[in-house]
Amino acid sequence: MEIYIILAVVAIALFVWYTYNSLVTSKVRIKEAFSGIDVQLKRRVDLVPNLVSTVKGYAKHEKELLENVTKARASLMKAQGTTQKAESDNMLSQALKSLIAVSENYPDLKASKNFLELQQELSDIEAKIAYARQFFNSNVAGYNTTLVNFPGSIVGKMFGFKKEDFFEAVESDRKNVKVEF
Amino acid sequence: MNIYSEITANKRKSWLIIGLFVLFITTLAFIYGKATGYGLSYAGIGLIFAGIISFGSYYYSDKMILSLSKAKQIKKEDNPLLFNTVENLCIGAGLPMPKIYIIDDSAPNAFATGRDPKHSVTCVTTGILEKLNRIELEGVIAHELSHIKNYDIRVMAIVVILVGLVALMADFFMRSLWFGGSRRDSNKGNAQGIFLLIGIVLAILSPIAASLIQLAVSRKREYLADASGVLLTRYPEGLASALEKIAGDKEPLEAANNATAHLYIANPFKGKIQGNWFANLFNTHPPIEERIRILRSM
Repeated sequence: MEIYIILAVVAIALFVWYTYNSLVTSKVRIKEAFSGIDVQLKRRVDLVPNLVSTVKGYAKHEKELLENVTKARASLMKAQGTTQKAESDNMLSQALKSLIAVSENYPDLKASKNFLELQQELSDIEAKIAYARQFFNSNVAGYNTTLVNFPGSIVGKMFGFKKEDFFEAVESDRKNVKVEF
Repeated sequence: MNIYSEITANKRKSWLIIGLFVLFITTLAFIYGKATGYGLSYAGIGLIFAGIISFGSYYYSDKMILSLSKAKQIKKEDNPLLFNTVENLCIGAGLPMPKIYIIDDSAPNAFATGRDPKHSVTCVTTGILEKLNRIELEGVIAHELSHIKNYDIRVMAIVVILVGLVALMADFFMRSLWFGGSRRDSNKGNAQGIFLLIGIVLAILSPIAASLIQLAVSRKREYLADASGVLLTRYPEGLASALEKIAGDKEPLEAANNATAHLYIANPFKGKIQGNWFANLFNTHPPIEERIRILRSM
């Protein structure tokens, strides 16, 4: 009789061990995916000086816009903590969008090979940022699902695991985009 | 069916098929053993042979197919669009970058191979680059990367080993009968006779059955790669419209041959589209209209 109880206890212990490990592994993956987003964001930030100097060459009058972009980049590099970083990154996004939009008024700039390449790189980086965020979200989804399902929910409570947050778009991103020519 | 249920269903079905396959082989080994008195040595010897041969092809799968197909590796500068597409999807999938190759052939097709994500390769034809737009190319690459991510090459390698095992066992069995090498146990005369009969029938039919099973697994993994690819791009129409274009192109792929056909995204031998259920059993890929229909219903 005792042997069955011992076997049952061992089985439960193994179960808990396995579930705990998969939860912890998921958390590490989430952290890695989060840093992966940062890697792409950094690429965008690194692109800015090049972009600013190219535009300056053709559109000297857009001083304010160029300053906005430079200021946004500086604040992003000084930002601490997730909220500050997200806000500064948002500022940079908006400033970059305005810069690209305004370039429509400068045919020489639009035609410049340098600018075209930078524009393509920027749009490729935006795609990479989107994929990095998607990967982050799918890792969070996997972790949260384990936490909500049966053995995970009990083991989670035992060791104090909490649900993680998805990456969410800012309110302004959710509005419909108007494209005007 | 949504993306997630497609993925779970296809994973489950392919492992079910492999499980039944293993059961089938165990039964064969048992029957052959009973018929000749040699017990499990059939299965043992067969496994060693099949294992050695198949393992080599699995381990070097990337080098082998590339040399067979005259593919050329590219770097980012050679084709930035292709490179960036692969790179971005790898970020989304959490995969390391595979080596990227191009085959110079106007028939649109693509494949992926390699024993694990760290040693993986993906290849497209110039036909694909010319005929598909960016979104469709993304759908195709996502499908190929999903094969890598789902370890499909490894799954198919296991299946191929099992198929080889079945064929070898049948061969050994028939040879042993021919050369009269079986041990007769005089106590079990009649039972041994029945097993002998069943054994012969199975020795003839089992290799075909094994091939059919291999093709069934291959088809399920294709559906799985379709669904996983969509989970990556979040846009089923991309792959659906790419498959339509690929299906519409009647040109067969010159670089492909029977050994490599199953790795491509669409059957490179563009025969008639088989509407018949029985003929479809012999296909490495599911019928394209069916794949397109499932994609469009996601």
